[in-house]
Amino acid sequence: MVAAQPVSTLASSTDKATEAIAGNARSVKVAARGVNLWYGDMQALFDVNIDIAANEVTSFIGASGCGKSTFLRCFNRMNDTIPICRIKGDIRLDGNDINDKSIDVVQLRARVGMVFQKPNPFPKTIYDNVAYGPRIHGLAGNKSELDEIVENSLKGAGLWEEVRDRLGQPGNGLSGGQQQRLCIARAIAVSPEVILMDEPCSALDPIATARIEELIDELREDFTIVIVTHNMQQAGRVSQRTAFFHLGKLIEFGPTEKLFTNPNQSMTQDYITGRFG
Amino acid sequence: MGELPIAKQHTVRSFDGDLKALADRIVHMGAIAEQQVANAVDAISHRRHDIAVKVIEDDILVDGLEEEIDQYAIRLLAIRQPLGMDLRIVAMALKLSNDLERISDYAVSIAKRAQRLAEEPEFRTLAMLPRMGQTCQSMVKDILDALLERDTDKAMSVWTRDAEVDRLYETLFQELVKTVQEDPRRAAICIDLMFVAKNLERIGDHTTNIAEKIHYMIHGEQINRMRNRPS
Repeated sequence: MVAAQPVSTLASSTDKATEAIAGNARSVKVAARGVNLWYGDMQALFDVNIDIAANEVTSFIGASGCGKSTFLRCFNRMNDTIPICRIKGDIRLDGNDINDKSIDVVQLRARVGMVFQKPNPFPKTIYDNVAYGPRIHGLAGNKSELDEIVENSLKGAGLWEEVRDRLGQPGNGLSGGQQQRLCIARAIAVSPEVILMDEPCSALDPIATARIEELIDELREDFTIVIVTHNMQQAGRVSQRTAFFHLGKLIEFGPTEKLFTNPNQSMTQDYITGRFG
Repeated sequence: MGELPIAKQHTVRSFDGDLKALADRIVHMGAIAEQQVANAVDAISHRRHDIAVKVIEDDILVDGLEEEIDQYAIRLLAIRQPLGMDLRIVAMALKLSNDLERISDYAVSIAKRAQRLAEEPEFRTLAMLPRMGQTCQSMVKDILDALLERDTDKAMSVWTRDAEVDRLYETLFQELVKTVQEDPRRAAICIDLMFVAKNLERIGDHTTNIAEKIHYMIHGEQINRMRNRPS
């Protein structure tokens, strides 16, 4: 880790990426400074600086291999599970360094939840899929409290009405779109503050996608959301801010509307208009 | 607009072809409208009934192209879902075709009055009217060049010239009012000429609209009307 610098010092530098940050008077949930990451000898991220605003949806876009998913996984230390992965830089959640030795990574992942590309419910009942997290984190004192968490989480994920009569059935018996909403219910059951979504709709049909997008917009009231997507129209629809990555570098970060109608960087323009490479 | 504003090609090459086809239609429509304005000014200045007929006949071509451009742009939005400059080009094509259609309509309106005025006994032409006509005609020509060359400086110079058209219109208006007061028998002719002047003034306004759209298409920002408006 590099020595943690106060965010204000970094934000006042003339660096291009931090300039974009300096103009924002938003409440910052996650702040990344000078993040570099290597898989073995191969560097995958170069000096990434970003401020993720609380209760906003931030999209990461860019071609495959640009580092957007790798960067997303830095936010809850999912890269720790890759032995050859090495990271330098400073990532702060509410001002606290998430890579600090004192941080319990299990607790961190409860605060920063994740939803993956392919719906991956546990081979358990619908109820147990959602109850699993609250149980291991001891969030419920008794069965009725746990029931309440399960119900509220399924409601929050817009799935309750469809499954309330079959909570004892296996989670993987649901349709793809329902499974993904089950995974979202599972993520929110432990009351996270941030939800990371790595292409959450790429395996879903347009209707299921629309339901997830609608849900993302609702979840924004209670959570901070960061979503990686290859679908630029989706990024345009769901997010308030968009970050464009290319070859491990953050090229442009700004209001979604601006980025998709009149980006500052020619590289962004080439990418969003399909003129890349 | 004839060439793509970005040198690089789309990964999907047929998208380049689509944008080019859209641009070609705008250019074609602009060329007809420009000729209509030139002919209308000629018809009114030289009492040419035959040229006025040509202006009126060309109206159907312009209307057809406007419809075609609208349909083409809608199809592009649906199929390609353009973003960035591509989006601005397609959205502005819809608006540009509307401005060009209006310019064409005003030229037709002038031509119709030119036909009627050609039947009248010869009257003293007001020197100001051909001058106003030529100014508008050159503005239409230059704005289409600016569009073709994607030249915002040229577009903005046309934009500022509209003030001259407005001044000519005001002067002409006063002169026509004076003529009617002095010789009420010429009222009918003067009213026709007043409408011609008004139509030219509106043509000037539409060229400034086009200038603003060129600016937005290229820079992605609306022009600051207050800051740039000539005094």
